[in-house]
Formats: sequence, C-alpha cells, structure tokens
Amino acid sequence: MQSVNITFTNPDNRGHFGIYGGRYVSETLMPLILSVERAYRLAKSDPMFINELSYYLNNYVGRPSPLYFAKNLTRAFGGAKIYLKREDLNHTGAHKINNCIGQILLAKRMGKQQIIAETGAGQHGVATATVCALFGLKCLIFMGATDIERQKPNVYRMKLLGAEVRAVTSGGATLKDAMNEAMRYWVTNVNDVYYMIGTVAGPHPFPTMVRDFQSIIGKETRMQIMIAEGRLPNYLIACIGGGSNAIGLFHTFLNDKDVHMVGVEAAGRGLQTNKHASSLNGGMPGVLHGNRTYLLQTTDGQINEAYSISAGLDYPGIGPEHAWLHDIGRVNYVSVTDDQALDAFQQTISLEGIIPALESAHAISYAKVISRDLSLDHLIVISLSGRGDKDVPTVANLLADGYS
Amino acid sequence: MSRISEKFTTLKNENRAGLITFLVAGDPDLVTSQAILDGLSMAGADMIEIGIPFSDPMADGPIIQASSLRALIAGSSVSNTLKMVQIFRKKNTITPIILMGYYNPIYIYGVVKFCIEAKVSGVDGLIVVDLPPEEAEELIKPAKDQCVDLIFLATPTTDNIRLPLILEYTSGFIYYVSITGVTGACSASICDIADAVTSLRRYTTLPVAVGFGLKSSNQVMAVGKIADAAVVGSAIVQKLADCLTVDNRPKSDLVKNVLHFVNELATNLQLTVNLK
Repeated sequence: MQSVNITFTNPDNRGHFGIYGGRYVSETLMPLILSVERAYRLAKSDPMFINELSYYLNNYVGRPSPLYFAKNLTRAFGGAKIYLKREDLNHTGAHKINNCIGQILLAKRMGKQQIIAETGAGQHGVATATVCALFGLKCLIFMGATDIERQKPNVYRMKLLGAEVRAVTSGGATLKDAMNEAMRYWVTNVNDVYYMIGTVAGPHPFPTMVRDFQSIIGKETRMQIMIAEGRLPNYLIACIGGGSNAIGLFHTFLNDKDVHMVGVEAAGRGLQTNKHASSLNGGMPGVLHGNRTYLLQTTDGQINEAYSISAGLDYPGIGPEHAWLHDIGRVNYVSVTDDQALDAFQQTISLEGIIPALESAHAISYAKVISRDLSLDHLIVISLSGRGDKDVPTVANLLADGYS
Repeated sequence: MSRISEKFTTLKNENRAGLITFLVAGDPDLVTSQAILDGLSMAGADMIEIGIPFSDPMADGPIIQASSLRALIAGSSVSNTLKMVQIFRKKNTITPIILMGYYNPIYIYGVVKFCIEAKVSGVDGLIVVDLPPEEAEELIKPAKDQCVDLIFLATPTTDNIRLPLILEYTSGFIYYVSITGVTGACSASICDIADAVTSLRRYTTLPVAVGFGLKSSNQVMAVGKIADAAVVGSAIVQKLADCLTVDNRPKSDLVKNVLHFVNELATNLQLTVNLK
C-alpha cells in the first residue's frame, strides 16, 4: 500500500492510476486514441477552449449549480447538516452535460463529423444528443434493448433531439453491451467518428478527461461551502456507476485529508445475491472496455451482468481512478440496496420537494446511515447527480407491485 | 526453430502462401470442436488459430460473437482451450497452433501460469486483440521465457511511428488486419492490401499474414499472391453456424461440411503461386 501523503493529481503518461487504467484497445483504435489525447492536451491549455467551455457551462448548462442546505432532510436524518449539490438543476437534468459540452468542443476542434455514445439510463445519451443538436453534428446513440424498454421517455427525448438510437441486443442488452457495440462501430468508422464516452472509464485519456470536465462540481462546492459555512465539509457522498459525478465532486478535495469521501455503489438486491452492481465490493481487478479496473466477473474471467434498480448504475465496472482510490484507502466505497435507495427517493420527495434520480438516491440513503452518528457541527455534501423524472414510471410500477 | 518459423520456411520452399484457419474453442460443443480441430490439418490448414471464448468480444462481428457465446454456454474456458490443444498434439506435432483472445481471461487465469501451460500444451503463438504493445509488458516476458511467439497486429491505421514498436515485440509473423472494422465485416480492396503488405515489408523480414474480411476463395487466392499467409475466420465459423439446429446442436454433417469448406480454400490457395 502506498503512503497516504500522496498528492492526487494525474495518472502516469500512459493513463495508469497504480495498476489501473491504461489503454487496452485493439491496434486499430490506438492511433486514434493517441490523437484524442494530443488534441485534449492542447485544448486544455488553450485560453480559447477554456473560455468557450466556461461560456457554455455558464449560459447553456446553467452553472454554477446551487449548493442547497436541505434543512428538512437534516432534521429527519437527525445528525449532520446536509447539503445537496444540485446537478439535477443542470440543463438536461444531470451532471452528464458537463462532460458532453467539454467533449463536443474537443470533437469540433478535431474536425469530427459524427458523435457516437453509449447510454444506460439515457442521461448521457440525452446530454450527447443535446450538444449534437446545439453544434449541428450527427449523433448515434447505442443503448441496450433492455434499457430502451425501461427508459422510454429518454429514448423519445433523444429522437426528438435528432439522434439515432440503435438498440443493442447482444449479451444482457444493457450498458456494457451498448459500450461493446459503440466500440465496434468506432473501430469500423475510425476516421470520422468521435466516441463521447460518458463516464470516467475507457482507455486513457477518457477517465482523466471526463474527470477534468466533471471536476467543476467539486470546485464550485468548495467555494460554495466556504461561503455558506466558512469551512470545508466533513463528508462528501456520491453514487457510483462508472463514477463520473463522484470523481467530479471528490477530485478537488483529495488532498484535503480531513475531508472524508464515500462512494456509494448499487447493491441491487444485495451483495450476497448475484443481482448487484458493486464492482469494488463484489468484483475483482480485470480488463474491459479499454482499462484495467475492478469488474464483476466469473473465476474464468468472463464478465457478469450487473443489476440495479437504477439503469445508470447498472455497469459491471468502475472508473480506474476509483479502483486506485479504493486500494489506497483514500475513498471509502460502500453499497446501498434497491430498497434503501427507493426509501431515500421517496423521503427526498416528500421532505424537500425534490425528485432525485434513483442513482442519486443511493448517495442520499447512505448519508442517512452516517448522519445518525454525527452532530450539527458536521457537514455532509451529497452529490444530487440528476433529477428523477425519468424514474417516475419505474417507481410507479415497483410501488404498484408492492416492492419493498 | 519454432513450428511457426518451420512452417513459413516450408511455405517459402513450396513457393506458396499458407492458409490459417480460425475456430472458437468449444463451439458448438467441446467434442464437435475437437473433431474440427483434429481434421483441419488434413483438410489443408497450414496453421490453426483457436479463439479463447470471451463474454465481451469487442473486436468481433456478429458471427464470431455468436460463436463465442455458444462456446461459453457449452462450458468452454481457458483451461478447456488448452486441453483441446493437448489432445490435438497427441496426433499432430507439426501444425502450428496460435491462440487468439482477449486479455481478461488470460489475466484472470494468471499470465505466467497461462504461458507455461500454453507451452506445455503445444501452443506456438499468441494473439491478444486488446493488448497493444504499450500494455503488454507483463505478458511479453512470460511468453518469451516459454518461447511462445507473441504476435501483434498491424492495421490500416498503424502509422510509421507505431509500426517499429509493434515489430519490436512481435515474433513468428506479423498479422495485418486488412480493414478498419470488426471480424467478418466488409472486405478491403486487394490493391490496398498489396500496398499495405509492401510497405510492411520495408520495415520487417517477418512473414506477413493478412486477415479480417477474407471470405471467399477468390479473396484468399488474391491475398495468397502477395502475403505469406491468409487468415480465414468468420467465413469458416459461418459454415459451422449453417450446420446447427435451431437449438444450436450440430447436425450430423457439420464437421464434414466445415472441413470440406476449408479444403476448398486450401486447394485453391495451393494452386496459387506466390508472387512476392
């Protein structure tokens, strides 16, 4: 184990966080991925790019997103002061757009004609389709047939935005399979296509680049909590599928050793069942989708299907930086079941008048657990990564069926 | 001299290109798959590539994806793949065997253990599709220690900066992927392939095998004029799939039909004089 006095900055120049990350892709994609890395390196130090990015974040996405003191949840949880970082108030309703604005500006600089993306819950698909509409680029979204069925409103939104949504029927027909199919399309149309990966996973530079675009969440939070409370929070809590909203919130605070961080994975029906999506707590290191990270897999190295009530957490892997932060113990990774998330979902609606995404409800649920042992002089910031309007039909069905 | 080098020397002496055939280990079941493997050399395959099945074959088109899935359902695995090679080697000590797969099953099996057991089983070469030379350090040494050839891929997107890196770690032969795409997709024009092979030869004296998108005897013969070997995968696997019942059981003529198809390809290729 490495010392805890690490400065948390960047991976090595080939994208490794410890043994995780890297670039495990076929040779056909390698030159292209290297060109994305070069283009990104130039862009991030170009004032024109930075100005354009902030322009769209401020005027189109609606940043900064508020840091809201949730007094009713605070009272109900009976412990620490609860703040919600309101990524649900962003244009398109989730944190995903932060990354999409950044990557589409990069794709434009690279002269790409077509954008492709994978999506699970449809939030990244909607955000991608949105920026493609804005910048007039062709958009093709790969989505598992199972997810298309359970996220119909988002599928229709993507189509209205002018995107083609391609149903993926291979495997379990969810996010992992959509990602396989997107990579196959990419390798076939390597010169014209830009693959807009939606989370902090995939081959380098994607995990780092997506993190950089999402780290605005933590940067704003730091300023906002200093204004509100005059000090840093004691806890940061975020849900984790691939982990982009979590790393976005955490990254700026990694060197503040008094700030505790908790990443909440989806325990689905429970870690003891095989119906969960907890790669760190129920998986082991392996190689998939261009990076080495923790994966849900068999002892033969075959990848298992993940399961969660929330389509956005339903992925058998996790971003490589999280895998590393887990191993060195900087971030604590826990898991929350479907039932617990559903409780938190309802409680947030009834107490705060906010419909959280089922993904974000996992983070809220865990805040409830730790808040009990804390007092009002402790501060918890929860990433409310998205709004739950998309989940209303799912929840209505579950509650009608007597779920819980 | 390794079996692979010996084979290429023989081919050179015969003034022809070799036929490399592909099958996924355990498709549609272990017994049928073994029967195909055992018959391939007699049917005319000069070298045999065996795919290690993987749940997420990102570089493969629908035909080999389906094949991989059938193999997994039939209980195939890394250890079964090695066992198939052991059984094959009891009767055939000449035909080179190359395992082709994705990194995760090998990584989980244990890279060193895998290389040792592969060698003992009679494997001669290894292609790991999603392991570019930059990430291959942990496999390069164990493979070299066991004298198993590690074969990296060159593609139409590989530039002159990357090519030397690929060649530095490649032994046995260099595998040229003739298209940008997944296995079994559309075919490249023979002119483009010829140009690519010519430019590869400026950088290496290793034999060049061409694969991806070769479906017909005509394409194989055309490649046979310019490269040292032609790889046929999806077309053979499709023949196999054509001989399955609706519940993926082999019809009685499956092995015969697959081997007959391979024999046709091989016969035509053997009549083709290598012009290089």
